[in-house]
Amino acid sequence: MSFEFFLGSLEIGLIYALVSLGVFISFRLLDFPDLTADGSFPLGGAICGLCLYTGIDPWIATLFGTLGGCIAGMITGWLYVKLNILQLLSSIIVMIGLYSINLRILGLAPYIMEETTRMAGSPNLSLLDAKTIFSPFINADYTNQYIVQPLMVLGFVLILWWLLNCFLNTQKGLALRATGTNARMARAQGIPTGGITILGMAISNGLIALGGSLFIQTQGGADITIGVGTIVIGLASIIIGESIFPAKRMWVVLLSVIFGSILYRLFIAIALGNELLQNVGIGTEDLNLITAILVVLALVLPKQLKKWAHKRGRSA
Amino acid sequence: MLNIEHTRLTSAIAMICMLIFPLTLFASESAVKYVAITAIVEHPALDNVRKGVEDELKDNGYIAGENLKLHYQSAQGSSANAAQIAKQFVASKPDVIVGIGTPSSQALAATSKTIPIIFTAVTDPVIAKLTPSWGASKTNVTGVSDALSLETQIEIMLKIKPDIKTIGYVYSPGEINSTIVLKQLQDMLASKEIKIIAAPAQRTSDIPTAAKSLKGKVDIIYTTTDNNVVSAYESLVKVANESKLPLIASDPASAQRGAIAALGMSYYDLGRQAGKIVIRILRGEKPGDIPPQVGNVTQLVINTKAAQKQGVILSDEILNMAAEIIEK
Repeated sequence: MSFEFFLGSLEIGLIYALVSLGVFISFRLLDFPDLTADGSFPLGGAICGLCLYTGIDPWIATLFGTLGGCIAGMITGWLYVKLNILQLLSSIIVMIGLYSINLRILGLAPYIMEETTRMAGSPNLSLLDAKTIFSPFINADYTNQYIVQPLMVLGFVLILWWLLNCFLNTQKGLALRATGTNARMARAQGIPTGGITILGMAISNGLIALGGSLFIQTQGGADITIGVGTIVIGLASIIIGESIFPAKRMWVVLLSVIFGSILYRLFIAIALGNELLQNVGIGTEDLNLITAILVVLALVLPKQLKKWAHKRGRSA
Repeated sequence: MLNIEHTRLTSAIAMICMLIFPLTLFASESAVKYVAITAIVEHPALDNVRKGVEDELKDNGYIAGENLKLHYQSAQGSSANAAQIAKQFVASKPDVIVGIGTPSSQALAATSKTIPIIFTAVTDPVIAKLTPSWGASKTNVTGVSDALSLETQIEIMLKIKPDIKTIGYVYSPGEINSTIVLKQLQDMLASKEIKIIAAPAQRTSDIPTAAKSLKGKVDIIYTTTDNNVVSAYESLVKVANESKLPLIASDPASAQRGAIAALGMSYYDLGRQAGKIVIRILRGEKPGDIPPQVGNVTQLVINTKAAQKQGVILSDEILNMAAEIIEK
């Protein structure tokens, strides 16, 4: 694998690290099985894309994309807290609804720019000549793109990692952790668990939508299909991270989630870039299977090694 | 405590070794030409495009494994994979990259401004912003569009059922190519005395419902090369037969599966046409000097049995136009 491809995979891993951090908040901290991700990731992308297409400043566009995700998360939380709809169900409802909304948002851009007379939905919005947060730093012939983009995304990830860590150690953050651990106990301690759940879902989906906003800016276009499987990628990254870098302290746990996402992308990179595999007739149709096997290895290997080292330690 | 730390370290190192080792085997030869192909998803029409490209290369003396390094990767429907494939291909510096489908082509165009990129199976490269116009782009991107002449499509519909007042259009709103065709049809029919009713089907399982909703409202159902609709065409045929709604398709294979007629592009020939551009570039031409093309091989396939089932009597004129007539 060339260094350039390694950096490219790292970049996507870092973008999806934001998704994993988001999923971590809902899935692990709040104990809320949340499928909104498959809708909020493309929602962030769609809103950000719409703003970029209409010439709004890319940083503001990214912010709007993120806020869109926050609202989607709040709706999911609200459906559960206020209307008593099952957690999984309320997230599925929001995810399904977002599909249509995303189509509308993507179709809105050409209408605003008066390129079409019909305000119809569209599944794809091209951003190939739009100004992004990356474009001021990239050469005209893209020669430094493979360095600039990962570095900037790394900046995003580090800042959000730090912010999230700070937040989770505030009164509100601790209340959020308590709510997920034992909601009844938290309520008994006077924590407004309903409001905290809605807040947590807003942060979670805001992070996921930020991932979507960054993703479409590196991808050349916002497409309705970018949401497919987002939650699976997020969950796999968390599980890989937790299994390989087990930790107790919050900042290390968050870091391990980020590493998990990067490792997941490196697994895919191996599956894609390995000529040894291709020479024995393994192709991209086996990509998902290879990834699945590697994830299992990542889950099992550290435990086995520990067992093995433990045994050796005793015999010595 | 120390022991645990140690194990964690060992496992981390083991993981890293596992990752790095297979990657160092990546070898590259500079004497042979190197063509990389990527598709957004595996799918009969898209697979035919790929086969067309590969056969065109082979017939022109570019033999994979001898003087050609051929690399193919499918993103398995995931945009994250498509992005990663684009980065991998650009990093491995091939002579030409072929992108099959809009999202894959966009990901490539967003990753390189220097490596020649040939798109195929994109309906409107200008809307997709792959090229600024239908003229020579002066960039590293050109290719072959699968846009069909909708004028001719409507002509065929009128030849099959001359008194059409309303056309029903079953499509999935999640596919850019299908929504572009819908918009073009709406614009085109606005001047004629024909209306169009769109019946969106988000999933393949929604297709029968979408088709049934058109019963009594339309004179004919038209379908384009929509991935969802094509993959579940039988369910549409069933409704059309039961409701006596004539079904007109735009890919030849659908006529075999029960549409009355299909005037469509052969995706294999589309790939062949893209392959011709690839060869021109391998021989030294610049992609920016080659204007994007539209697929030029179309054929009309008629299914007489389907016409019978859907209550249409075919004129001799249309039967004479057909390149192929299916009678089963």
